[in-house]
Amino acid sequence: MTMDRRRFLALGGLSLSAMMLEACNSQGPAGAKGILRWFERRNEGVERFLTSHTRIDAAESGKLAGRAMPSYFVSPRVPVWDAAARGPWALEVSGAVSRPLRLTLEDLAKLPSVTQRVNHYCVEGWEAVTQLTGVRVSTLARLAGARPDAGYVDFQSFDSGYHESWDLESATHPQTIVAYAREGRFLNPAYGAPARVHSPVKLGYKNTKYPTKIVFLPARNGGYWSDRGYEWYGGP
Amino acid sequence: MADPKPKPRHHWIVRATHWVNVVALTIMAASGLRIFNAYPKFARRGESFCCWPWEGTPIPAWLTFGGWLAGARTWHFAMMWVLALNGLVYLGFVYLHGEWRDLVPRRRDPRDAWEMVRFYLFVRADHPRQGKHNALQKGVYFAFPIIGALAVLTGLAIWKPVSLGWITSLFGGYAWARYWHFVVMLTLVAMSVAHVFMVFAVDPQSLRSMTTGGYDESRSPEALDARPFHRRRDPVMKISRPAPPSPVMAGSGGEGREMEIAGDRSEPGARDADGATAVIEDDPREEGR
Repeated sequence: MTMDRRRFLALGGLSLSAMMLEACNSQGPAGAKGILRWFERRNEGVERFLTSHTRIDAAESGKLAGRAMPSYFVSPRVPVWDAAARGPWALEVSGAVSRPLRLTLEDLAKLPSVTQRVNHYCVEGWEAVTQLTGVRVSTLARLAGARPDAGYVDFQSFDSGYHESWDLESATHPQTIVAYAREGRFLNPAYGAPARVHSPVKLGYKNTKYPTKIVFLPARNGGYWSDRGYEWYGGP
Repeated sequence: MADPKPKPRHHWIVRATHWVNVVALTIMAASGLRIFNAYPKFARRGESFCCWPWEGTPIPAWLTFGGWLAGARTWHFAMMWVLALNGLVYLGFVYLHGEWRDLVPRRRDPRDAWEMVRFYLFVRADHPRQGKHNALQKGVYFAFPIIGALAVLTGLAIWKPVSLGWITSLFGGYAWARYWHFVVMLTLVAMSVAHVFMVFAVDPQSLRSMTTGGYDESRSPEALDARPFHRRRDPVMKISRPAPPSPVMAGSGGEGREMEIAGDRSEPGARDADGATAVIEDDPREEGR
């Protein structure tokens, strides 16, 4: 009797692991997708609960990343705004707002700015300390008169359609800025020129570079990497 | 003394949480290694890191799980709840049901652990007396939830370095927290590997006790003087041996667990013949050993 049960368990265990191995590629069984999605939404609830405008990133001491900061874009070559063909670059603030804006780089530079020394957290696991100068997204939201139903913000770019949408709470965090200078110099094309969205409260891939539009929305609008399997929330 | 339906060595909740832990911990470690491979160093950009000799060397892909970074992250951030919840169920049960008495360190554990080391190194011939677990086992089983809690804390520190920045600074900042998370994982893996090795090399019966609960005390490592791949006594033969200097209680199980070792020995003095019902006080074993 005990032998039977033991053999049953051994055989059962063996066939179960064989089934699992069969169903698994290196990404795990395909049937787990729904469960993983469910967990991601639950995690998002926890993360939104933990995020607050009073939780401020404090960059550690030590030197700034400087040129050790990796540059990143999805186009095959460094995206450069072609002013001759497209006219001068401008950042549009639109969507669920009462006063849509269109800001050239000069307009942006005239607005009240902040210079902050912050961490940059990459989804890959590295971190860099850098200093950025720019205009708070909350300032832009106030200027444009974002409507109360706008719970989400989509940051769109001219980098081959790259965009990422955020929750309003993170977008209007005091450390979320549209930066036009890094470590004392205007951005160069590899780092997002003429401007980039930056915040320590979102992972690097959420921080759209080369932005052209900031669209306030009543619903989320996915994103380049969020649509490809990375967490939509993506906030440290 | 033959009980038709003996009490299982491990309560079913302990057995269930053990196997959930095996699956969850394996997936957590393997997906974590895949996440690590996206940036297989600890240095902050533009700086160097003092304390990891293999900066930049990725983990072999066959040890990783998740396929790609996003896949590994979704697995890691889902399984973390399973692992943590499972750990809480186990700890809560062990606390409420009294099994903690078999695991909590006692004053003479260091000496007993040293005796176990001497036994494994063939310095001492006979297996030291023990309760449900020997002192080395006890130490590992007791440390496991503590190191597990450190894994949770260091994990939170690198998952939420802004929202939970106070935890991150507790571990010396993001890069260091990531390092400690890795070191904690290595410790858990090393303990698990040693544990599995000892199961197969010393006490294969425990595999049964952790699935169906059945365990034959007359074939325990203590009864057989078993070391890794080596035992001094044959389980089927009844061998008498001279009585130890003083009679010693065999059991230290909580909840009045009955040890039935004595029935298998022809030597009446070897163990307490009265069934050795051990009710734990501070030190289960008597002095003068």
